[in-house]
Amino acid sequence: MPEGAAVAASKDAVVRVRGLHYGFGSRKIFDGIDLEAAHGRVTAVMGPSGTGKTTLLRLITGQVAPAAGSVEVFGREVTTLDTAGVYSLRRRMGMLFQNGALLTDLSVFENVAFPVRAHARLPERVLRQLVLTKLHAVGLRGAAELMPSELSGGMARRVALARAIVMDPDLLIYDEPFVGLDPVSMGVIVRLIRDLNDALGITSIVVSHDVRELASIAHHSYLLSGGKVVAHGTPAELDASPLPIVRQFMSGESDGPVPFHYPAADYHADLLGDGKERPRS
Amino acid sequence: MIGDTLSRIGRVGIFLVRVLRHAGVVFTEPRAVVHQIYNAGARSLVIIMLCGLFVGMVLGLQGYDLLQRFGSEDALGVAAALGLLKELGPVVTALLFAGRAGTSLTSEIGLMRATDQLTAMEIMAVDPLRKVVAPRLIGGIIAMPLLVAVFNVIGLFGAQLIGVQVMGVDTGAFWSQMQGAVELDDVNEGIVKSFCFGIACSLVAVYEGYHAQPTAAGVGLATTRTVVISSVLTLLIDYILTAAFLGR
Repeated sequence: MPEGAAVAASKDAVVRVRGLHYGFGSRKIFDGIDLEAAHGRVTAVMGPSGTGKTTLLRLITGQVAPAAGSVEVFGREVTTLDTAGVYSLRRRMGMLFQNGALLTDLSVFENVAFPVRAHARLPERVLRQLVLTKLHAVGLRGAAELMPSELSGGMARRVALARAIVMDPDLLIYDEPFVGLDPVSMGVIVRLIRDLNDALGITSIVVSHDVRELASIAHHSYLLSGGKVVAHGTPAELDASPLPIVRQFMSGESDGPVPFHYPAADYHADLLGDGKERPRS
Repeated sequence: MIGDTLSRIGRVGIFLVRVLRHAGVVFTEPRAVVHQIYNAGARSLVIIMLCGLFVGMVLGLQGYDLLQRFGSEDALGVAAALGLLKELGPVVTALLFAGRAGTSLTSEIGLMRATDQLTAMEIMAVDPLRKVVAPRLIGGIIAMPLLVAVFNVIGLFGAQLIGVQVMGVDTGAFWSQMQGAVELDDVNEGIVKSFCFGIACSLVAVYEGYHAQPTAAGVGLATTRTVVISSVLTLLIDYILTAAFLGR
C-alpha cells in the first residue's frame, strides 16, 4: 500500500481512528493519524520509541481523550462515551500490558479468575474449569497456585495473556508483548498471539518495535513516526518500501531520518564552551 | 496558596464521594473489608499496645506527681481515664495509625498504580475505587475506634501499674473514683474523635496512594505526605472537636 496514503474505510473495521490529534502540553504526539484494525486480523502498530504507540492504545481503550479526531471501537465513538459506556466497551476487550500488570497479592489462578469474579457469578467448579482451560492454552496450568513473584517475565506475560482472554474478548490489545523476553519466551508469545487470534476469531492489535516478530504474525502493519502514519501495508509491502524512514526502521539502522542523537547544541562548542554549568532540570 | 489548598480540599471531597458510592462493598464483598480491617487493625496491634502501655505509665507517673502536690493522688484513676478516653487515646492512636497503616495503604496503592495494576483493572472494566480503595477506606475507618479502645484499656492498665503498684495509690480509690467521675459523654467524645480520625487518616492515605506519581520517588513522596497531612489533620480536627464538645 502506498506510504502515507489515507487509510481506506472498510466495513469490517473493529477499531477505526480518524484525524487523531493528541499532545502533552506543547508537545504534539499525534498530528492527524488514521488507522484501522480489521475484524479477525492481527494489526501491528510499529514505530521508534517515544512515537506514542502506547498512548494510541490508551486512546483506543478510552483512558485518555484526544484533542481532536475520532476513535471508533465496535462502531461506538469512544470520545463521547461516559464512564459506564467506556466500561461496557472494555468488557469486549482484553489487554496485555508491557509488564503483565498482574495483581501481586493474588495467585496465578486468582489473577485469571479476577475479571470473571468481577463480572459474572459462576459456580466455583465452572470457574475453575474456565480458568484452568485458559491457563492450559498458555501452557501454565501447572503454575496455577504460584504467586506472581514466583514467575519469570515470560511466564508473567503468559498469565496476563490468559487473564486477557478469560472473558473471551472480541478485541485483544498487546502493548509491547516481546519486551525483555528471552528467545524461547518470545517465540511462545509470538505463537500464542497468532494462534489465539486464529482459534478464537478475535481482532488483535499489537504495538511493538520488534519488526521480525511482527512480520511473522501481522496481517497489516502501521508505521508511526513524528506524530503521523508514515507507512502502512502488509509486512512484505513495508519491507519493500523505498521510503528512507521505513528502510531505517525495517533494517534497524542506528542513524537516518530517525536521528541517533537527541537534539543538542553543537558538539564542539559544547565540549569547549565557556565552562558555564548547564542548568539542571 | 489558599486557592491551592481549597482546590485540593475540593478534590479530596469529590474523591471521598466517589469512593463512598461504593460503600456497598461492606455487604457485597465483606471478606475484602474484613481483610482490610485485619491489615490496618490487627497488624497495628503490637505497636498500639506497646505505645498504649508506655503512655499509660507516663500518665501514672506525671499524674501522681501533679496530684500528690494537692493531696489528691486518689484521683489518679479519674485523671488517667479522662486523659486517655478524651485525648491521648484517640490522638496518639491516630498518629500511630498514620505512621503504620496509613503509609502501608499509600505505598500499596501507589505501587499498584506504578505497576499498572490499577490501569489493568480499569481495562478489565473493574473500577479500582470499588475493588481497591473502598474496602481499604472502610476497613481503616472501622479499625481506628477498635484500636483506640485497645489503646485505652492497655493505657489504663499502665497507669494503674505505676500509680497503684509502684506509687502506692489505693486500688479501691483508683477504680471507684474513675467509675464515679467518668461519664458516658466522656466515652462518646473519644468514640466520635476516633471515628473522625479514622476517616481523615484513611482518606488521606488512600487519596495520596491513588494519586501518587507512578515512580519510585512519587510513591515515596506520597507516603511522606500521608504521614505529614494525617498528623496535622488529626491535631486540627482534635482541636475543633474538643472545642465543640466543651462548648456544648
